[in-house]
Amino acid sequence: MHVPDGFINAPTSAVTGVIAAGAIAVSLRGARREQGGERTAPLAGLVAAFIFAVQMLNFPVAGGTSGHLLGGALAAILVGPYTGVLCVSVVLLMQGILFADGGLTALGVNITTMAIVTTVVAYALFRGLVKVLPRTRRSVTAAAFVAALVSVPAAALAFTLMYAIGGTTDVSIGKVATAMIGVHVLIGIGEAVITALTVGAVIAVRPDLVYGARGLTQKLKLRVNGELVDAPGAEPEPVPAASRTSHRKVWAAGLITSLLLAGFVSFYASANPDGLEKVATDHGIDKKAEEHAVADSPLADYGVEDVDDDRLSGGLAGVIGVGVTVVAGTGVFWAVRRRTDDTSPSDTTNATDATDAKDATATTSTTSTTGTTSTTGTSV
Amino acid sequence: MGAGHAHKLYRHGHSPVHGLPPHTKLAAVFAFVVVVVSTPREAMWAFGLYAVLLGAVACVAHVPAGFLLRRLLIEVPFVAFAVLMPFVAEGERVDVLGLSLSVNGLWGAWNVLAKGTLGVAASVLLAATTELRELLLGLQRLRLPPLLVQIASFMIRYGDVVTDEMRRMRIARESRGFEARGVRHWGVLAKSAGALFIRSYERGERVHLAMLSRGYAGSMPVIDEVTASRAQWSYALALPCAALLVCLLGWTL
Repeated sequence: MHVPDGFINAPTSAVTGVIAAGAIAVSLRGARREQGGERTAPLAGLVAAFIFAVQMLNFPVAGGTSGHLLGGALAAILVGPYTGVLCVSVVLLMQGILFADGGLTALGVNITTMAIVTTVVAYALFRGLVKVLPRTRRSVTAAAFVAALVSVPAAALAFTLMYAIGGTTDVSIGKVATAMIGVHVLIGIGEAVITALTVGAVIAVRPDLVYGARGLTQKLKLRVNGELVDAPGAEPEPVPAASRTSHRKVWAAGLITSLLLAGFVSFYASANPDGLEKVATDHGIDKKAEEHAVADSPLADYGVEDVDDDRLSGGLAGVIGVGVTVVAGTGVFWAVRRRTDDTSPSDTTNATDATDAKDATATTSTTSTTGTTSTTGTSV
Repeated sequence: MGAGHAHKLYRHGHSPVHGLPPHTKLAAVFAFVVVVVSTPREAMWAFGLYAVLLGAVACVAHVPAGFLLRRLLIEVPFVAFAVLMPFVAEGERVDVLGLSLSVNGLWGAWNVLAKGTLGVAASVLLAATTELRELLLGLQRLRLPPLLVQIASFMIRYGDVVTDEMRRMRIARESRGFEARGVRHWGVLAKSAGALFIRSYERGERVHLAMLSRGYAGSMPVIDEVTASRAQWSYALALPCAALLVCLLGWTL
């Protein structure tokens, strides 16, 4: 999937280059936070070397063919999204300069699709799923599967978009989209299986190393005179107030961006932007397609009824759509959060009762570097 | 250890191209590729001239043609894609040997093939005449963020170590009778990948501690500051300037 020189025209390459540079600048700052200051360089460097090596590990499929891991989703889940973006970008940069794999002018395109889109999509999906699913290791593996599965076609979609904007040959976008996404859904299945298995293997041995599963470690409990008490001296929880404000900021920024996009940018969208629709009309597939059940709803076909101006109507429909989506999404999240809040206290006590001693020893052995072993020693 | 630090793509030599400071070479290659990409595809002769320019550089650098052509094979997957283009592109069509091909697609295929090949050849020449460490110094000199350069240098330094670790795991698997034949064996391979990650990450932690104990405080000391004289810059930039001339001719003619 490494794009060579001359595949995407010069202006689009320049714009993607600027996007890539901006994303890397943000990631450089974020990675320091994820890895802890000056530890960033050696750790991210070794993870980049790992990704480079694991891309050479061939997974036989059938009949002599084999595939390999792309690693964007894996990196995001194992070491965090910012470090993941950095590692994959460095791998792409080195591949471009040393191995001539992917053109130098197409570096921006390659980094945007393969480092940024895969990592960000995978990590956002992963976090969302981990929040919704029950807090077990199995659900981390399942979330990793889904995240990797979606991330590869998402990168293909991003590439198709760039091709639509700045492709040098006018192959119809519908054809490019179907070919790219069709192939990459298949690749994505392989990627998903391998990523999930690999994350499962790491989480079985060193769960503390999996960045995406950091919130899932259970508190260390000690049995003192037959009673369970919280172990002292464990690492302090991050301050929830700060994270909440930042969440709110992110939420507000996202809402404003989507409203802007829906309200104004949609004015300039193409009249038949959907490759599938285009292919369907070209080949007459849609002759049999029946009108949708809500075709006469007030918002049918992305326009508001009784508003004559085309652009205004499309923009209004977009804004209303965003509003409805936000309200529905917030409702679902609110309900889910209420439910987990209701059930979580009893759940955790049951779990700790059932597996007290085993859990305590397991957690101590895995986090032995943080000095928890000494606390158990004194209490016994 | 003896031979481990020179990468396979580098050809040791003492030519004028080898002797140029790395950042001038990086800038020259990048400018050259930009010029090539912005040349109109109808000016076929321009791409021929570019190829002649690169050939001259290879000749000065004593890089044999066989080496260069073998390294060009990395492009093969995209050649396959380019061959498909004339069949699927839109627009008016011509009949060649009984096949109906799109004119636009033929141009597109030529565009990708010519520009892609020239870009790959330029990168191969750069990698063949510049040592890894020099490349990193050049990137740093071109104001790439220091942290990014450090990450890249760790990746290069430990790339061979991690790859060797993977090779040892493969030998260990094979000596126990394991042979990966299909999807059913992915579990084993994925466990190896997980183990490889843990080993790499733990090695990173050890490397960090070792660096701390040698006085590392967030940045690497620069021991050999590379500088380029005006003459060296002009030597290096001769290639993109000549290319720019060809490109301008291509636009006007």
